[in-house]
Amino acid sequence: MHGDSNVSFCGASRFGYAKSTPMAFASTIGNTRYTFESLRELLAKATPLRSGDVLAGVAAGSAEERVAAQFALADLPLVHFLSEQVIPYEQDEVTRLIVDTHNAGAFAPVRSLTVGELRDWLLSDDATPERLAELASGLTPEMAAAVSKLMRVQDLIAAAAKIRVVTRFRTTVGLAGRLSARLQPNHPTDDAMGIAASILDGLLLGSGDAVIGINPAGDNVVATTRLLRLIDALRQRFHIPVQSCVLAHITTQMAALEAGAPVDLIFQSIAGTEAANRSFGVSLSLLTEAHEAGKELRRGAHCADSIMGTNVMYFETGQGSALSANAHHGVDQQTLEARAYAVARHFDPMLVNTVVGFIGPEYLYDGKQIVRAGLEDHFCGKLLGLPMGCDVCYTNHAEADQDDMDTLLTLLGAAGVNYIMGVPGADDVMLNYQSTSFHDALYVRKVLGLRPAPEFEAWLAGDEFRRLRLEANHPEKLLPV
Amino acid sequence: MSEIAAAAASWVARLRALTPARVGLGRTGVSQRTSDLLQFQRAHAQARDAVHARLETAALSAAIGAISGDDVMRLNSMAADRRVYLQRPDLGRRLDERSAAALADLQIGRCDLSLIVADGLSALAVERHATPLLESLLPWLEGWRLAPICIVEQGRVAIGDEIGAALGAQLCVVLIGERPGLSSPDSLGAYVTWEPRPGRMDAERNCISNIRSEGLGYAEAAAQLVFYLSEARRRKLTGIALKEESHLIEEG
Repeated sequence: MHGDSNVSFCGASRFGYAKSTPMAFASTIGNTRYTFESLRELLAKATPLRSGDVLAGVAAGSAEERVAAQFALADLPLVHFLSEQVIPYEQDEVTRLIVDTHNAGAFAPVRSLTVGELRDWLLSDDATPERLAELASGLTPEMAAAVSKLMRVQDLIAAAAKIRVVTRFRTTVGLAGRLSARLQPNHPTDDAMGIAASILDGLLLGSGDAVIGINPAGDNVVATTRLLRLIDALRQRFHIPVQSCVLAHITTQMAALEAGAPVDLIFQSIAGTEAANRSFGVSLSLLTEAHEAGKELRRGAHCADSIMGTNVMYFETGQGSALSANAHHGVDQQTLEARAYAVARHFDPMLVNTVVGFIGPEYLYDGKQIVRAGLEDHFCGKLLGLPMGCDVCYTNHAEADQDDMDTLLTLLGAAGVNYIMGVPGADDVMLNYQSTSFHDALYVRKVLGLRPAPEFEAWLAGDEFRRLRLEANHPEKLLPV
Repeated sequence: MSEIAAAAASWVARLRALTPARVGLGRTGVSQRTSDLLQFQRAHAQARDAVHARLETAALSAAIGAISGDDVMRLNSMAADRRVYLQRPDLGRRLDERSAAALADLQIGRCDLSLIVADGLSALAVERHATPLLESLLPWLEGWRLAPICIVEQGRVAIGDEIGAALGAQLCVVLIGERPGLSSPDSLGAYVTWEPRPGRMDAERNCISNIRSEGLGYAEAAAQLVFYLSEARRRKLTGIALKEESHLIEEG
């Protein structure tokens, strides 16, 4: 038992799917008995402190109440998560997706465990990479979020480092001993030459093996198509093993695709509730439609291991997005973030990353909160079977600086993150925030002995790269005519 | 300078001419060079100082009073300081008790327009650009019944809803410091809201952003504001519907 803590459950629970049966939880510390009226409240109050949960009014009222919730959560059987949903099945299509696609067979090995016992198991030598991979579809996002709330930073790293999620398009991302970078060549007015200059700079510094992905300043089909053609021409001219993406709204990308644009990866920001996704202008059916359209293009290649690249989706997420859309249902932001991963994994994505510090200090106040959130997101994503990367980033109104980013970057490298961002000088001049630089990617590869994706690594060592370096002397000639 | 170094410098200069991004940075090992590191730190320091600077309301209200020829109201939100302001946007959207009472005592009757200046995330932007922008704007507003101009400390955009409603204004304009970027610590935004009242959504406003020396000039910003204000009064709305129509007008 847990020292002086005494944990009890009351209320009936039936282990049927699709039921949302609130049930009270309690634990006693010293002379104080703390009760939690629902799983939603228990998860929120067990969450390590962050400003977004305080803003939403769901955070624990004291440090002791927080740890009392963690005691109660540790003793909660995992099967309980199958009977009580944090957002009702009837009200939310993300809940329905989670419940309807739960893999009972994959869940069987951990079915008898509590949340605390799951943590112990994940960190044990019994939890091999193979067993962890088989477990992914048996866990719900709420289970992943719950166990992460009991884990320290080193636990989040140690467990995640055992999980490899490998995806392929023209490069193979996520292999052991590898770390990729998304080349992010944004420009405040989508100027083609300006974007080409940043792409060139990034390629010469070894970034781009996850994707060359542009956030456009304007969301329209013409600009999206123009930028996709720019990258595609460059790729073909120098035989670069990369995939491209223009991160416009998914409907814009689909319209470009239908008009014949060279669409490699299809991007969308997603969140953990139906209402938050609606505020992004997407639904599961729209994502399904886009996924089908992207797969049909068959633009992937045979990768280094001869397997054809068929992962075509790219998703970004971030704690706090549901609250900022006023669509959080009283659920804490980290649990909602994990629910976004349930949406993502349904579409076999090539890339998924949390944009961890982008949303601002009202959700993650300082470097400490951002660092922990980045590691939680990476761990939960990997545990649920996602090819997790991370946009290690902050805004100027957060209490954070480059030292915090170096810390998170290095810890994520140790945790086996699939990819990070590469932005010229870490300064995104379009989105006005600081991410990681091409140099940062080189640093983390060097200090941790990590290499780029195998196809890209071979290209960097070959004749085509040398030719690019020579022709780079005249950047204006790199544009398609 | 050696021939190779000169060629490299000229390549970097050509690359830099194509984008404001920090391209062409050199390396020592795989790391950034000291001069690039310090330039980044300087830009970040300026942005941080802009976020945390306190608005000099006495000087600003004197300057604005001088050009408007009227008293200026000095108000505060419910966010007592920057730390609270940054973590509780809800408190930055509401007036504190003293400010709400001061507005209630004013009793000016109905008016056409309430102009509000709020520090937002950059007091620097407000101190540099609010007065000259108002100087460009006010001559366009002859014939408009204006409420006394308000200056708000620790304010968010939506605080204009409470102020505009309390003043019985048909429209409000909030001039506010935008989130500082690494190369733009002093960017001012202007938000126009028809029939301001608590609960208005962001989609119901029109916004002009990037008002600063290297961005949108005062005359152009004032002209755009007047366009939105006149159209809002004619169509009795602001927000997405007005924006779409304005594009048709600009392009047609």
